[in-house]
Amino acid sequence: MTGFGVYVHWPYCTKLCPYCDFNIYRARDLDRAPLRRAIVADIHNHAARYGRRPADTIFLGGGTPSLLSGADIAALIGAVDDAFGLAPDAEITLEANPEDAPRFADHAAGGVNRFSIGVQALEDVALRALGRAHDAASAVAAVEAAAATGKRVSLDLIYAREGQGVEAWAAELEAALALPAEHLSLYQLTIEAGTAFDRAVRRGRLAPPDDDRAAALYEITQAVCDAAGAPAYEISNHARGPAARSRHNVLYWTGGDWIGVGPGAHGRITHGGVRLATKAHDRPENYTAAVSAGGVGYGDATPLSRDEHGEETVLMGLRLSDGLARGPAEALRGRPFDADAVAAFGEAGLLEDAAGVLRLTPPGRLLADHIAATLAQ
Amino acid sequence: MTPRDRIRNFSIVAHIDHGKSTLSDRLIQVTGGLQAREMKEQVLDSMDIERERGITIKAQTVRLDYRAKDGLDYVLNLIDTPGHVDFAYEVSRSLAACEGALLVVDASQGVEAQTLANVYQALDNNLEIVPVLNKIDLPAAEPDRIRAQIEDVIGLDASDAVLISAKTGIGIEDVLEAIVTRLPPPKEGDAGKPLKAMLVDAWYDAYMGVVVLVRVIDGVMKKGMRVRMMANDSVYGVDKVGVFKPKATDVDELGPGEIGFLIANIKEVADARVGDTITLEKGGITTPLTGFKPAQPVVFCGLFPTDAANFEDLRAAVARLRLNDASFTYEMETSAALGFGFRCGFLGLLHLEIIQERLSREFNLDLIATAPSVVYRIALNDGSTLELHNPADMPDVTRIREIQEPWIKATILTPDEYLGAILKLCQDRRGVQKELNYVGTRAMLVYELPLNEVVFDFYDRLKSVSRGYASFDYSIDDYRVGNLVKMSILVNEEPVDALSMLVHAGRAESRGRAMCEKLKELIPQHLFKIPIQAAIGGRVIARETISAMRKDVTAKCYGGDISRKRKLLDKQKEGKKKMRQFGKVDIPQEAFIAALKMDGD
Repeated sequence: MTGFGVYVHWPYCTKLCPYCDFNIYRARDLDRAPLRRAIVADIHNHAARYGRRPADTIFLGGGTPSLLSGADIAALIGAVDDAFGLAPDAEITLEANPEDAPRFADHAAGGVNRFSIGVQALEDVALRALGRAHDAASAVAAVEAAAATGKRVSLDLIYAREGQGVEAWAAELEAALALPAEHLSLYQLTIEAGTAFDRAVRRGRLAPPDDDRAAALYEITQAVCDAAGAPAYEISNHARGPAARSRHNVLYWTGGDWIGVGPGAHGRITHGGVRLATKAHDRPENYTAAVSAGGVGYGDATPLSRDEHGEETVLMGLRLSDGLARGPAEALRGRPFDADAVAAFGEAGLLEDAAGVLRLTPPGRLLADHIAATLAQ
Repeated sequence: MTPRDRIRNFSIVAHIDHGKSTLSDRLIQVTGGLQAREMKEQVLDSMDIERERGITIKAQTVRLDYRAKDGLDYVLNLIDTPGHVDFAYEVSRSLAACEGALLVVDASQGVEAQTLANVYQALDNNLEIVPVLNKIDLPAAEPDRIRAQIEDVIGLDASDAVLISAKTGIGIEDVLEAIVTRLPPPKEGDAGKPLKAMLVDAWYDAYMGVVVLVRVIDGVMKKGMRVRMMANDSVYGVDKVGVFKPKATDVDELGPGEIGFLIANIKEVADARVGDTITLEKGGITTPLTGFKPAQPVVFCGLFPTDAANFEDLRAAVARLRLNDASFTYEMETSAALGFGFRCGFLGLLHLEIIQERLSREFNLDLIATAPSVVYRIALNDGSTLELHNPADMPDVTRIREIQEPWIKATILTPDEYLGAILKLCQDRRGVQKELNYVGTRAMLVYELPLNEVVFDFYDRLKSVSRGYASFDYSIDDYRVGNLVKMSILVNEEPVDALSMLVHAGRAESRGRAMCEKLKELIPQHLFKIPIQAAIGGRVIARETISAMRKDVTAKCYGGDISRKRKLLDKQKEGKKKMRQFGKVDIPQEAFIAALKMDGD
């Protein structure tokens, strides 16, 4: 496997974004201590249950974990170090909102060595439409503030927005590429069920681009990033060189182990030769109660069957530009991939099968789910 | 044996929901057939589907023992009849065993089309009819208006209609008295003559085997006697004779005018032909009673297992259903697209739906049903004729002289505000108006319509344009020459035989266009472009194209998304199971039915 990670979910936000369907709760002036203490306890309880092994990565996601203080973060990192141990070069990422830039130095002092900044757009109109609290200028300033700490910096953008043209997006993307960030996550806007955007679409108040437009936007994204030396290493993630990749996220795509702590966090742990899927209670009060009763933040871990583990390996692995190593994946599934399907996708120019690796071509990436679903059968 | 003048054989004629089953239950309860605690809701509708849909499918019978106000004991035989048009045949045989009928009408809703059809049948059978107004306890009840309506529409004197509430029990004694005093006893019958009995119905019972319901005309039927079924010319030893009270109860014998059951060693329901005459093996009568005309399936469709591996299960299931339902027919069919299945015949669309539902519910089968089709008569140039049950079997057009299609006579009753929409619907379906009368604020329409325009979704459309207020009934009228053509549907240049149909030439283009549009909605995108065409012969009359899948990718996929993605995959797998592959194209099962329900809107 490819290392061991810890994902920490901090579910609180000061404002809920209309496109987000994560496990989030709105909170202002929240007493952070009870949940922070519960997460610390959960980390220890995980180590007690599954054994000590040094963590290669910690990812503080949410929600808005940049609402945490440097001291909160130091406490969480300290708990991982105490319970599991930390690899000397461990990657510690904080998801951060631009409006929390004044706290970045404090976060860095607390142990964060990689900032992932939710820029989302560099156009004020678009930021308002996305329901964000910041404007473009403060987003730029936040990226610069993060870079000034000397830590690694990544930024997120959301594209394929309503009415977005290919040229305007290319210009916006070029501006983002000019910022001091080694990594970009470029997500096409996805309308998730149950969100405010979902309701707006159903009422005809929001019309995201159709598939053809979205495909054209994806293609220009690849061209602009390639030219700027930040090619995609995953469907939506771009890095300036292999060292700039998110080690934590690569661990997800390559089938590594991680524990998920905090309300609603998912984990995958290989224990006693079985791969377990875990999901913590969504509601903070239920989560806290479970942990304070001496357990982990969930009831039971679900053992994955061989088929399920195989499916996950294919669904995730095909997303990487490096491709999916065929031999290990087939060994895990216990059966080879359907040769006819591989050949048909190959003929259609969507999939390469070379040197024991299955790799999506650029047009294949736009159909990654369809291809993965077919191969995973 | 009951003296003939103490017997009353009667049916109840009513529209769905007008309270027939509740009244039956009350009559059973009041005469002591069942204790209150034994009364399941609506005793006579014993199939799950019957109870759920509030309809009666199989005729049932119950014997009520009643001491009337004159102090004498009477035997009242209630023969329950199905209400729906598809089962008009079952109605006819039930009525033939009776001398009278109760016409139950909801005192606020009044006469419906279905009531009319059944009451006319009862009048045709010379039955004495007692009108009963039900639900008179409801505030909306208008007995005077409904009485007048019965007189206007049916021409029946309703001045002494019995007012009841089957639900609360008001008037039940009056009904029993009316049965005794106003309905006649069996007209003739001589216990001394050789046995002559009518086979009213037959069904399969898991414990008793084939149960035969009989009405004795002359002579006596007893256990141990050997009887002959005249139409089949088969002989059976009578193992048991009994009556339903409503529990099956053995009796020594059944005499003239009596209704009861007999059990002999009969293997299949199909061996007991409804309408047949039963007599003695030796010394019996030689001239049978006038039988009923057998029920003819009028609607056909192909039923195929979604998973070809389940064909044997389907075979066993249709055989089981046939055991108890002689009006359901099936024969094996092979489709290039769907593999092995059965071409099944039904009395009508409700019958089709019920059989499909029973197959999926009781036998747990996942089915693909092809377009319902009627029976066409095709006259060939060589002078021969053939009956076409399946559009896929249509001979080459050059060999065909003419095609005839079945027409129905439809009666529709509707509040007049929906009349315009209904006239348009009938007109669109090639209907020919025969009558249009007003009864108060309601219009009664009689139309002749080609059955093939009705089998798809006429009833759904009628309900929708009238907000559920129009009622509809039909009977098969005759066969008429029609300008009919076979329309094929091609998906990705390949004909899908299960979607082909015969349509009227004048309607082909709009039908083809609607069909292509619907299929475009129902067939998912593939990696390649899929043309969908409707064609007559080699001529394409409509075309749609499903564009190639351009994008199918999750933007964000991290640790928390894996489980969700895998669930999505499971759902896709489930969906894939419900698809059939035609060439390179996966067509979902629902496309076969939904593509046909598309008119109007």
